[in-house]
Amino acid sequence: MLKLFSTLIIFISIPLLLQAQSVISGRVTDAKKRPLAGVNISIKGSYDGATSAKDGTFSFSSTANGERIITVSLSGYQTLEIKAELGTAQQFNLVLKETVNELKMVTISAGSFEASDEKKNTVLKPLDIVTTAGANADIVSALKTLPGAQQVGEKEGLFVRGGTGYETQTFIDGMMVRNAFFSGMPDFAARGRFSPFLFKGTTFSSGGYSAQYGQGLSSALVLESTDLPERSSYSLGIGSVGPSVGVDILTKDKKKAYGFEADYFNLSPYYKIMKQKQEPTIAPQGTNGSANYRLKTSKTGMLKVFVTGSYQRFGFEGESLEYPGFKEAFELESYNIYTNINYKENLGKGWRMNLGTSYSTNRDRIFMDTINKVPAPTRIKARQDLSQVRLMLTKGLGRFSVLRIGSEYQYGDERSRFNTFDANYVDSYAAGFAEADVYFTPRFVGRFGTRYEYTSVISRSNIAPRASLAYKLDDKSQVAFAYGEFYQKPEQQYLRFTHDLGFMRATHYIASYQRLAQFHTLRAEVFYKKYHDLLKTTPDYNNNGTGYAKGVELFWRDRKSIKNADYWISYSFLDTKRDYLNYPYEVQPDFAAKHTATLVYKHYIPSTQLNLGATYSFATGRPYYNPNRPESEFLKDRTRNLNTLSVNVNYLTSIGKAFTVFVFTMTNVLGNDQEYGFRYSSDKLRRNMVGPMAPRFFYLGMFMSFGIDRRQEQIDRQ
Amino acid sequence: MKQILFSLLMVSGITFAARAQSEQYQQAMTQQVGLLDSASTFTPAGIQQAANTFERIAEAEKTQWLPYYYAAYCRVNEAFFTQDKGKVDEIADKALVNIEKAAALKGKDSEISCILSMIASARIGVDPMTRGMKYGMESGQHLEEAKRMNPENPRVYMLEGQSLLYTPEAFGGSKTKAKEKFEESLKKFAAEKPADKITPHWGEAYTKMLISQIK
Repeated sequence: MLKLFSTLIIFISIPLLLQAQSVISGRVTDAKKRPLAGVNISIKGSYDGATSAKDGTFSFSSTANGERIITVSLSGYQTLEIKAELGTAQQFNLVLKETVNELKMVTISAGSFEASDEKKNTVLKPLDIVTTAGANADIVSALKTLPGAQQVGEKEGLFVRGGTGYETQTFIDGMMVRNAFFSGMPDFAARGRFSPFLFKGTTFSSGGYSAQYGQGLSSALVLESTDLPERSSYSLGIGSVGPSVGVDILTKDKKKAYGFEADYFNLSPYYKIMKQKQEPTIAPQGTNGSANYRLKTSKTGMLKVFVTGSYQRFGFEGESLEYPGFKEAFELESYNIYTNINYKENLGKGWRMNLGTSYSTNRDRIFMDTINKVPAPTRIKARQDLSQVRLMLTKGLGRFSVLRIGSEYQYGDERSRFNTFDANYVDSYAAGFAEADVYFTPRFVGRFGTRYEYTSVISRSNIAPRASLAYKLDDKSQVAFAYGEFYQKPEQQYLRFTHDLGFMRATHYIASYQRLAQFHTLRAEVFYKKYHDLLKTTPDYNNNGTGYAKGVELFWRDRKSIKNADYWISYSFLDTKRDYLNYPYEVQPDFAAKHTATLVYKHYIPSTQLNLGATYSFATGRPYYNPNRPESEFLKDRTRNLNTLSVNVNYLTSIGKAFTVFVFTMTNVLGNDQEYGFRYSSDKLRRNMVGPMAPRFFYLGMFMSFGIDRRQEQIDRQ
Repeated sequence: MKQILFSLLMVSGITFAARAQSEQYQQAMTQQVGLLDSASTFTPAGIQQAANTFERIAEAEKTQWLPYYYAAYCRVNEAFFTQDKGKVDEIADKALVNIEKAAALKGKDSEISCILSMIASARIGVDPMTRGMKYGMESGQHLEEAKRMNPENPRVYMLEGQSLLYTPEAFGGSKTKAKEKFEESLKKFAAEKPADKITPHWGEAYTKMLISQIK
């Protein structure tokens, strides 16, 4: 019995006998031998373990023995598992490798400014665009505060690095937009057609952009439409130019959303208060409406349908330059419809499809007359239709690399009638592209692509190679280089008269340095751009034009030094000359300024819930044509320097259940004279200054939203 | 006979070991959860250490939801504490992995929804201007869910109050409303009777601290 008892004791004690303790200790560092604190060291399947101290050391005792797995883990590092024979005291020197996340990865950055909520390593957020003072919620006006863009006030569009506005193309979900701007009158820039709130991402490329896009000699503005909203919302607004209403419904299952927005504007009351340079005969008025439908077709699939339409008309009368004492009349009526359908889905085996189609039509009727003066008035009817379809396939290669292949087809119908004279043409455009982002390492990436294009109107094709490299120097900074060939067909107004032309071409070389810290951004870029085959109009239409642009650009953004404030400074130095159209030789063109600088400042006062913003822009004088000078002094005159300060104030509050924002914005607060250029009469005796319609523009509005806080969107809505 | 005895003994030895194991679990959990009641644990290094310990217990046990729950709770606090905004998302992701494992073992639960709400709130801190709306909403939705499952959960009201307290008034925040929520929460705390020492019961002292901040 005793014997039995002793056996029993032994058996029962077996688990206890095994509890011999041994000490496990060591040190954890990263790959650069820096100690890591807070690391969880554990023996798999047991409670035993420790957390490393500040100097990376750890020590714990364990009863575990035999071959066990030791797990070593810390947020931001790859978990390490090692096999070890336990039972005696052991020392471990452990090294953890950092995980590669988006923030640590290098990105293609040369020449591009990206604003996105989803991606972390971008210079801007979509909100930054809409809250920029003076931009009045116009994407293009906001982008003019970035380096590379010129402060051109008399023509719409982005004039980038010595390029004209025509050389910048706008793309929505990969598809080209034919009329990205409202129709305006000569010498007065019109607004962009699309509200910034339609897009979740905006990429402004000032050169060297991807082979996915074509037909822009200088620049691409790439817009990506929003996905499903967070929840349903309704909004109402009333402002000094008119009312607006919006609805955005998200279904219960969160798979579908649909909505519409509509606004009506009429500047007649505003013009009663603010005198304009010219007499409005029809105050600008019109209406915009848009509807959208978004459907999550599956876990990975998304269908988006977007339709927008607008109608506007206006008329002005001003002093005639040509016939003193007489009046010039200009009236315009315009319709526009833009539709876009986009479908994305995974096809399996790592392939993803992006299929899109778009149709747009724009019709303008223009009436121009010198009142009570022969010749008869000019009546212009213009219509532009563009239909297109685009397919892109992407496939992930390895961990980070991506292959993109795609093709697109566009059918453009351009018609115009000057009184009884018709000038119409159609153009079929086809393109294919292939591009790969190759990550040699997470810190070193190359993008290599090429694009083939054919356009029927001039029966020409081209092959455009593009390449970018980017290398990450450390956690925050990277250097990048880009090279590319870019082709574009001549402008519509010349193609109407001759099809015997070729593509214009530009070659880009860009080197850039970027440091992106949590609260600071610094970017410096140098570029060289060579123009070939630019369109000339003398002696007759030909492609003998040439040009170059080179320069240095700086961007500094600081969100920390001043409490509750965020500011950025852009500076562009541009040295450009070109010989195009009727220029006698290569010369600095009239849309280019040598120095351009912008300060954008935003301040939030929490106690009063005020957002204040100011934008100051400066540009040196631009050349203008003076017919009284000899040809050897062509474009020798300069306008005065441009200085302009715009401010905005937003007051956020809640009225009942509605989030409400009061918005006040004013451009050119100091009333500086804006001199964009001069127009001369044909006898060269008189001239008119080209400038804005009024020295200042102000907007006052109130906006309410129910359900979702969309006030931020309304800030600067005008 | 000997064989029978032997096998009997083996069995008793195994049950003994198993009981030791479950006692070890109770003891370790009680000790660790007890540490969470003391404010000194709530330092960046202290909470990280607690999270590590809970993760070790969770991964050794594999079938208990509470260690995963507490690991997530500590991780999300670590995310709130961290000074390096670039790390918030990674730490929050770790909290999410833990709470998802807890949910897989426990199913839908008011306490788990509270943690999910906290994870969303932690992500706001990275960039309040651009993330406030999206994650603020996500956080609110998890709290609604938590309240639906257990209207008597004091932590729900505490978290609601906290969100009202830290949201700028312009975006729907309100100190007075926050105070009401905290008071409601304290009433629920008074009525709360945790089944044992390791059932989630945290938050009362913290709520009192928050309420004292409101002038």
